[in-house]
Formats: sequence, structure tokens, C-alpha cells
Amino acid sequence: MRVRSLFFASYRDLVGAAELDLELPAGSTVSELIQLVRTRPGAQALPESPAVAVNQAYASADTVLQDGDEVAFIPPVAGG
Amino acid sequence: MQHVRRDADGAVLLFAGVVRDEDRGRPVAGLTYEAYEEMATAVLRQICEDVLSSSDIGDVAAVHRVGELTVGEVSVAIAIAAPHRDAAYKASREVIERLKREVPIWKRERFADGHETWLDGTTPGPTAGD
Repeated sequence: MRVRSLFFASYRDLVGAAELDLELPAGSTVSELIQLVRTRPGAQALPESPAVAVNQAYASADTVLQDGDEVAFIPPVAGG
Repeated sequence: MQHVRRDADGAVLLFAGVVRDEDRGRPVAGLTYEAYEEMATAVLRQICEDVLSSSDIGDVAAVHRVGELTVGEVSVAIAIAAPHRDAAYKASREVIERLKREVPIWKRERFADGHETWLDGTTPGPTAGD
């Protein structure tokens, strides 16, 4: 299945991309997506357990992903 | 403020977050805000709905700017209208505190020498009501 990953702020700087479309086996979890992303050059500095949102709702690492999901990697927030 | 006021409201409160000129002793030229816009809008709307339904207030409105701001510019505004001021003060505080913990917005400091750095933030997550 295909999942779109979004990277913001400091995570975008680490990963080197604002968006990545990645192929994952059906039934993969957020945790497995994080591991895949962290294998990319420069992305080892990404935390092992970053906050993520799946389809714009905060989600845990064991959330099972579906084809077409949008997963945002969310650095510690600093609004206001 | 006019947007939130109804005739039953005796208190209208406006909180404005403003870009400051220093951070921990270092002079700041400005801040650049970035947002995961669709989610930030949805989360901020949910925070406002939660506060409206759990407080004795009449209405709430909140706006956050994105992009480059200089010292003195308003980054966030929260307006509350309520029959009485006690509920207005509490609701205003709750909106800004939750915004700072939950809304996917980040800020980058711009220093006078041109150096820029992402500000450390707060690990986000849902709170009760999500």
C-alpha cells in the first residue's frame, strides 16, 4: 500500500523532504513507517517515537495504516 | 471582539500573542511560523468548541498567523465574550494553553545576525475531549 508522509519544521530539515510517498506492506503500523523513514540518509536523527498524526488526528505508534493515508510527522509544537 | 459579542455579554476579552524582541537573552529580529494548516485549523476549532461547551461563555474566536512576523506583530488572537468576566478569563487561558500544547504550529526564530533556529516546542497530543 502507498502512504503519504509529511514532514514539518525541524523534521523536514532532517529528512530533507516535505513529503514522501512510500510503499509499505498492507497492515503496516505507524511504528513500521517511522522505522522505514529513519533508514533514509540523514533521517537517523529523527526520534524513534515522534508524534504523528494519521489523516490529521494524533495517532499512536501501533495504529494500523491503510492505503492512501496521510501521516504527518509532528515535531514538538510551538504555536502562540 | 465585535464578532464574538452578544447583547447578553458583560465581558469581552481579547488575548493577543505578540512577537517579542528577545529570547533567553538573545535579541530576536522576528519569528517565522509554519503550520500543518488543515490539521491546525481543525484542532484549533475543536479547542474552541470544547471551551465553548464546557464554559459559561457566549462565544470564542481564535486566529493564528503563519509566515514571517517581526517584533511587535500579533501572532495569535483569542477573543472571548461572556456574561461575566470570571468565565471569560478562564476560557481565554484555557484556549491559549491548549493551543500551545496541541495545535501543529512551529516557530523559527530569526536573529539579528541572520542566524535562524527552530524553537524547541512541546510534545503534542490530544487531551480530554478529542
